[in-house]
Amino acid sequence: MINELQKIGQQVLNSLERLGRAQLFLSQILARLPSLLWRPKLIVAQVYSVGVLSLTIISVSGLFVGMVLGLQGYNTLVNFGATDMLGVVVALSLVRELGPVLTSLLFAGRAGSALTAEIGLMKTTEQLAGMEMMAVDPIQRVIAPRFLAGVLAMPLLAALFSAIGILGGHLVVVELLEIDAGAFWSQMQDKTEFVEDILNGVIKSLVFGIVVTWIAVFEGYDCVPTSEGISRATTRTVVYSSLATLALDFILTALMFSTV
Amino acid sequence: METILSPTLIEVRNLTFNRGSRLIFDNVDLDIRRGKITAIMGPSGTGKTTLLKLIGGQLTPQSGQVEIEGVNIHRLSRPDLYTLRKKMGMLFQSGALLTDLNVFENVAFPLREHTRLPETLIHHLVLMKLQAVGLRGARQLMPNELSGGMARRVALARALALDPMMILYDEPFTGQDPISMGVLVRLIRSINEALGLTSIIVSHDVQETLQIADWIYLISNGKIMGAGSPQELQQSTSAWVRQFIQAESDGPVPFHYPAPAYLDDLLGAFS
Repeated sequence: MINELQKIGQQVLNSLERLGRAQLFLSQILARLPSLLWRPKLIVAQVYSVGVLSLTIISVSGLFVGMVLGLQGYNTLVNFGATDMLGVVVALSLVRELGPVLTSLLFAGRAGSALTAEIGLMKTTEQLAGMEMMAVDPIQRVIAPRFLAGVLAMPLLAALFSAIGILGGHLVVVELLEIDAGAFWSQMQDKTEFVEDILNGVIKSLVFGIVVTWIAVFEGYDCVPTSEGISRATTRTVVYSSLATLALDFILTALMFSTV
Repeated sequence: METILSPTLIEVRNLTFNRGSRLIFDNVDLDIRRGKITAIMGPSGTGKTTLLKLIGGQLTPQSGQVEIEGVNIHRLSRPDLYTLRKKMGMLFQSGALLTDLNVFENVAFPLREHTRLPETLIHHLVLMKLQAVGLRGARQLMPNELSGGMARRVALARALALDPMMILYDEPFTGQDPISMGVLVRLIRSINEALGLTSIIVSHDVQETLQIADWIYLISNGKIMGAGSPQELQQSTSAWVRQFIQAESDGPVPFHYPAPAYLDDLLGAFS
């Protein structure tokens, strides 16, 4: 019994220690960001790797999500004769919620796992230690550009997701279901607020970008340097990032859109 | 006796290092002489690589000190440590080449990170370093296209890029075929002489190390078990040193892992 309690206590302590290490790691990254401005090439290369290479999955997913929203919205609203509101339903669902959240989940699976695996493998093959011994700071050279690229790419990808989703919605609602295009677009423009909806969505995706990329780079840097260690770290990145995204989405939604 | 007389570059004093409850080094003292090749040998798992990491400042000992040119490396601030490391090259067992850069860019990496030299000068310097290790023709290859021996030679060229005063070699001969092994042995010796470097080689390859080392420390169980020139160690009367140098399977280091008596173990299940 005492042993079991000790084990639980040890696990809690280990988790807290890990959380502390992650916090320190983040502060080390943030401290190195200003000097990165002198080396934009490093950031551009990483934005390409985590952002541009995620375009396909984000665009295709956005298109289908928008199309499904159009269909489902129609099935419900048609009962009330409110199909003119479909544009609003599609746009608000995407801009406020589905754009940032689904982009973050997809980003964690596509780019986050890749970041963890890449950094973990660099650690396992002693590339990071090699840099240290060449007097090159691996956090500055390897981690900080990847972190910044993730934070920059996420809001852009989320915006693209929402835009393509709206086009997908338009495709279904206007082209397939033959609802009036004027009603679709004008209602959407009328009911979508810049600050309330769009800016809050951007803030959400920025927060997700910071958290997901932080988890991804930390898991890679902190992994046990074996093939099993990398595999576990990659899994943890996807699991923790997804959970963090959903939990933070609830908190942010409560803060931004709650009228209570 | 020339080895004894050359000045000390690195002084390790009372070095004690634990990993958890396991004692890796117990009050170890050793000196690395300037301009010489010093080998640190011992069985696998004795912490030879750990010793290199302690000397390179990647690990911090629980007590004791490592002084390089009279400076305690573990007391240095990060910028000062990095300044010192620019004067140290380290050759990792795996080569530790950056896998997303080709051979040329790997060797150019420290130059690009630490200097603002014009591109033509970097080009000339990299080709000179690659020529020294015989791989000028391989400059466009990616690390995954290199054999293990070639990867280590590229890593050696990269370690030489900033013209260091010392190079730390971690198991440079492990897993090499006889030809690459011979190439590496000659390279390490000739580069050390031509460039006036100080080299520290961590290895358990006895014959190769005996060929090129000026001074050898044998470590086991956290202590120095023997030290001397290759000739002195070959003539040593210590049973442990003899077992290691002659590669005998039994001796002070037993062949059998500690176990209960064989007969008891076999019959124990039936009694």
